[in-house]
Amino acid sequence: MNKTLLIVQREYLSRVKNKTFLLTTILTPLLFVLFIVAITYFSIKGKEQLNVAVIDNNGFFKNNLKGTGAVKFDFPDGIDTSNYEAKGYSAVLLIPSFTDSVKSDYIIRSKKSIGLNTKGVIEEKINAAIEDHMLQQAGVDRHALDSIHKKSQIAEVKTLEERGGSAAESNQGLASGVGYVSGFLIYITMFIYGVMLMRGVMEEKTNRIAEVIVSSVKPFQLMFGKIVGIGAVGLTQFLVWVVLIFVLMFGAQLFIPHDVLDQVRTMQQNGGMMNNAMQASEAAQKIYGIKSVISTANWPLIIGCFIFYFLGGYLFYAALFAAVGSVVEDVQNSQSLTLPITMPIIFSFIIMSNAVQSPDTPIAIWGSIIPFSSPMVMMARVAYGVPGTVPYWQLALSVLSLVGGFLFTTWLAAKIYRTGILMYGKKVTWKEMIKWGFRRG
Amino acid sequence: MPLLELQHLKKYYATQKAVDDISFSIEQGSIFGLLGPNGAGKTTLLRMITGIFFQDEGNIIFDGRKFDPVNDIINIGYMPEERGLYKKMKIGEQALYLAQLKGLSKSDAMEKIKYWFTKLEMQSWWNKKVEDLSKGMSQKLQFVTTVLHEPKLIILDEPFSGLDPLNANLIKDEIYGLAQRGSTIIFSTHRMEQVEEICDHIVLVNLGKKILDGTVQNIKQDFKENKFSIQLNTLPETIQSPAFDLVEKTKKGLVVKIKEGYKSNDVLQYFMQQQYVIESFHEILPSLNEIFIREVEGTHVATRAFQAVNQ
Repeated sequence: MNKTLLIVQREYLSRVKNKTFLLTTILTPLLFVLFIVAITYFSIKGKEQLNVAVIDNNGFFKNNLKGTGAVKFDFPDGIDTSNYEAKGYSAVLLIPSFTDSVKSDYIIRSKKSIGLNTKGVIEEKINAAIEDHMLQQAGVDRHALDSIHKKSQIAEVKTLEERGGSAAESNQGLASGVGYVSGFLIYITMFIYGVMLMRGVMEEKTNRIAEVIVSSVKPFQLMFGKIVGIGAVGLTQFLVWVVLIFVLMFGAQLFIPHDVLDQVRTMQQNGGMMNNAMQASEAAQKIYGIKSVISTANWPLIIGCFIFYFLGGYLFYAALFAAVGSVVEDVQNSQSLTLPITMPIIFSFIIMSNAVQSPDTPIAIWGSIIPFSSPMVMMARVAYGVPGTVPYWQLALSVLSLVGGFLFTTWLAAKIYRTGILMYGKKVTWKEMIKWGFRRG
Repeated sequence: MPLLELQHLKKYYATQKAVDDISFSIEQGSIFGLLGPNGAGKTTLLRMITGIFFQDEGNIIFDGRKFDPVNDIINIGYMPEERGLYKKMKIGEQALYLAQLKGLSKSDAMEKIKYWFTKLEMQSWWNKKVEDLSKGMSQKLQFVTTVLHEPKLIILDEPFSGLDPLNANLIKDEIYGLAQRGSTIIFSTHRMEQVEEICDHIVLVNLGKKILDGTVQNIKQDFKENKFSIQLNTLPETIQSPAFDLVEKTKKGLVVKIKEGYKSNDVLQYFMQQQYVIESFHEILPSLNEIFIREVEGTHVATRAFQAVNQ
C-alpha cells in the first residue's frame, strides 16, 4: 500500500472516529438553526410598545396622525410634560405651531430612551399627517390619490442576463445570500482545518515521533498525507451537512398538504399561471415563489465552484499552517507566527463582504483572481452568474492562479517543514523560515 | 563483506562542518559503536545513513550497492534519540501503522507484531494507549517497532535511556539475538561501559571528524601505557630497576610502568631475583571511558542547541 495513502488513512480515521467529530458535525447545523431562531425571536420580541400623548395646538393632527403597531398616539386633554407618566403614557410629543414648509422641531420627551427605529416611525407618521393636511388644503382628494397610486403600480422590473442565445432570470438577493454564505463557510473552514492541521503537526513534533516517521517516509509524504487527510475530514463534514439539509428540506415538504403541492406543480408547468379558472391558494403561490427564486441560480456551477474553492483555499493556506506547526513546540509561540497567515484570510473576508453587494468593483475582481483571497471573493461573485458577472477568462484565471498558488505554498512549506520538524529548542522567525524555503537543494 | 560503507561523507551547515570527510565500514552481523560527545555530528551521520538527510559529498554503500533511501528503508530500523509515539493511539494499531509505513504488508506486520509482543510479554497491551504506559514500557514498545521487521541494519541511538536494569538486560539480550541472526547493529551512546560490554568495533567522532576506528581490543592496546599491576607476598622498601618505574604503591601491590625497550618478563625477573613471591601479575589496559575523555577533552565542543541546521 502506498505510504502517503497510509498516512492519509490514519489522519482521516483517527479524526472521523473521534466522538467529538460526530458531535460537532451533527450539532453545528442544529446550533446554527437555533442561533437564527433565537435572533429572529428576540428581534421580534424586542420591539418597544410606545404610548404617546400628543399636545397639539394646531388641531388638525388629531384626525390625521395615525398610529402603528409599535406606536400609539393619543390626544388626551389637560396633559403636560409633568403629568404624562401618571396618566399612563410612556412619552409626550410637543407639536409646535405649524407654518407651511418651514422645518421645525417636534419634541418628544420620555423617561426611557426611544430607539432609532421608533423615532423613524414617529417622524414618518408626522410627515404623513402634514402631507395629508397639505393635500386637503390644495383640494386633492386623498382617496382618489390613493387609488391612482395603487393602480399605477403595475410595472415590474425583471432582470435578464444574456447567456449565449437565451436569457435567464436573475435574482440579486439570492445571489448575494448564496455568495455570502459560501464565502463565510470557506472562511470558517479555512481557520478550523488550518489550525487543526497545525496542531497535528505540532503534536508530532512535541511527541518526538516525527523523526521515527521520517526515517520510514519522506517528510513531504508525511506533510502531504496530513494535509489530504484533514482536508478529507472537512469534505466529509460538508457532505454530512448537505445531506442533513436535504433531509430537513424533504422533511419540511412532508408537512405541506397534498392539494397545495399539486397546485405548485401545475404552476410550474404553466409558467406561474393556473390553467383553469381555479385560483391558486396563497401557500401554493409562496412555495412557487421560493422555488422559482431558487431556480434562478446555477446550482451545479455554484456547488462545483464551492468544492473547488473550498479545497483550493484549504490547500493554499493549510500548507502554510503546516509550515508554522513544524517550527513551533508550543501554542504560545505559534500565535505570533500564524498572524501573517490569518491576516490575509481576515482581509479577504472583508473584501468578500463588499463583493456580495457589488461584485463588479476592481477590488472584487482582483480579489477573486489573486489566490490569497480568491476562494472567498470568487464565491461571492460566482453566485451572480457566469459568464454574466464573472467572464469565463476571470474564472479560468482565478482557478489557474489558485492551483498555481497552492502548488507554490506546498512547495515552500515542504522545505520549511523538513527542516523545522527535526529541530528542537530553537525559536524560529518568519525570516528564517522564508530563508529555508528558498534555499536550493 | 561489509554491510555498510561510508566513503568520504561530508555534510556542511551554514556555520559549521557537521560531518567532515568521514569514512568507515561496518561488517555484517557486528555490533558497531558510534561514539562522540554532544554535537560531534553523530545524529547528522545517522540521519544520512537512514536517508533523512542527503550528504553534500561522498557515498554510502549499503549491502554492496549505492544506498537508495526509498527502497532500502525496509532494511533499516532506526530508533532516534528524539523519539516518541502517538499518545492517543492504541498500541496495537500504532505498531501496525509504523510497520506498514516501513513497507510491510498488513498480514506480515500482524504476524511479526504478534511474535514480538509474545516474546516481550506485551500481548495484554494491545488496546491500551501510549499515554497509559510508563516511560520504560513505551521504550520497550519503541524498540519493538524499530526491529520488528528484522532489518539488515538496526540503528539505536541511546537505546537504554529510561529503562530499568531488568528491561535494559532484556533489550540487550534481544540485541545480541538479532546480531546472531545476521542483523548489523549501530549503537550510539555516551555510556562507555555499555559500549565496552556490547560492541565489537567502534568509531569515535568529534567535531565532525573521525578520531578513532577499530575493535575495542585494538584500541585499548593502542592506548595502553605499559602499566602492570603486581601483587607480592611482601611489599619491597625500595625499588631500583632500569626496566621500569614505580607508578603507585598500594596496600596490596604495586603499579609499574615498563620503560621503552623492556618487556614484562624483565619486571618479573627483577622481583624473582630479589626473592619475592609473585602472587599475581597483569597488564592494566585503559578503559574506553578514559580514552574517550583523553581524546575529546579540551577540544571545543558545540552543543546541539547552537548547531546551525540545514535541509
